[in-house]
Amino acid sequence: MSDPWIKVCKAGDIEPEDVTRFDHGDRTFAIYRSPDDKFYATDGLCTHQRVHLADGFVMDNLIECPKHNGRFDYTTGQAKGAPVCVNLKTYPVKVEAGDVFIQLA
Amino acid sequence: MSAQLTRRDYSLVGRDSKHAEEIGLASAEWYACPIPRKRLKELMQRKDGPAIRDTLLWFALLGLTGWLGWHFWGTWWCVPAFIVYGVLYCSCSDSRWHECGHRTAFKTTWMNDVVYEMASFMVLRESTPWRWSHTRHHTDTIIVGRDPEIAVPRPPDVLGIILGFFSLKSGPKEYKKVILHCFGRLTADEKTYIPEMEHKKVFWTARVWALIYAATITWAVCIHSILPLMLIGLPSFYGAWLLVIFGLTQHAGLAEDVLDHRLNCRTVYMNPVFRFVYWNMNYHLEHHMFPMVPYHALAALHAEIKADTPKPYNGLIEAYREIIPAILRQVKDPAYFVKRELPPSAKPFPIAAPVAQPAQ
Repeated sequence: MSDPWIKVCKAGDIEPEDVTRFDHGDRTFAIYRSPDDKFYATDGLCTHQRVHLADGFVMDNLIECPKHNGRFDYTTGQAKGAPVCVNLKTYPVKVEAGDVFIQLA
Repeated sequence: MSAQLTRRDYSLVGRDSKHAEEIGLASAEWYACPIPRKRLKELMQRKDGPAIRDTLLWFALLGLTGWLGWHFWGTWWCVPAFIVYGVLYCSCSDSRWHECGHRTAFKTTWMNDVVYEMASFMVLRESTPWRWSHTRHHTDTIIVGRDPEIAVPRPPDVLGIILGFFSLKSGPKEYKKVILHCFGRLTADEKTYIPEMEHKKVFWTARVWALIYAATITWAVCIHSILPLMLIGLPSFYGAWLLVIFGLTQHAGLAEDVLDHRLNCRTVYMNPVFRFVYWNMNYHLEHHMFPMVPYHALAALHAEIKADTPKPYNGLIEAYREIIPAILRQVKDPAYFVKRELPPSAKPFPIAAPVAQPAQ
């Protein structure tokens, strides 16, 4: 059986080139809307110091951590250099009937 | 009134480091002034334009004053030229090092990284160790035993501060570390905040620095003159004084071990020339609270949150009227600190102050 899809929010709740926080159970995620209107999801906390990335800054395909300016490519989860060294986990996202869903592993 | 204070241990591997972790001061949650997300996004927008303009102007002034110093070498006219050159070389590099270290000065990443490496060399701060040290400074600002960048530990070392105006204390220490790093070793403190995957970068950068210094010294020996060293190397010492004047305003004399930047950072109004040299780091409270906001937007950020922050200082003189007496008092009374008053409209925040108490 495949992993469940969980509804996050309405697509319109996230502005283009922005991010929002989504908590589910005891887990937290960051849900992104790219400048070209695609949606992505990663773990919600920076791998450097457990700061919520949803308070950060989205620039093109990068999310910048609000505490230490560490950057990740949110489309792949790749850490883009000091002070972040460990990649973010990413999750599949889909938009159906105007709702954003994330597939949790 | 001031509380009894046992001597604090400012090392990152000592008693106070463990204590800070035990009582939840390490990597803690800090107060942030409320600001609408939409407005914050506007303030966080990155641009290349302002930093390219300022950097070209900086390089042009460096070139001009360096040339004047060279040209008038042997006459008294070289003195003012080298005074300005030294400030541009070292003190100006402090803010460039800082802003480009955060990668917020330019929108383009490689521009931040190139200026960061250059400024690191000129201000005599090895780029990789200091990037990680500054990361820790932002995690644990003025938390004793956690922050490696506490400029004025208590009781203050007044002679050390005076020597700092010409890097006479920090400079030799930094050179010792460069030599240590050239041989592939780190200090015990550095091992606590530089991840292992960055160690090789530390060592190789130190070796490049050593080569630059060796080439400059060789040049000086060959022409039987210290002039090359006046242009490369020595300005990190004779040009540091303005950096110290600006830098001490950031945190000196303020509270330790509080999780609220409004209480341990100063914002000081400065004139446009100083703001060019300091790249708006005089808005220090704002920078610490929202490090994603680039230097060219800090004045606007200040306007946005100032109702929730203590009154800013109206210039360096007002700031030093507080800092100098505070430092002198801390020599005899290390428990003393300046308690910043929040405006009546400000939101309070729980403050952890496990050891130090304000004197009345």
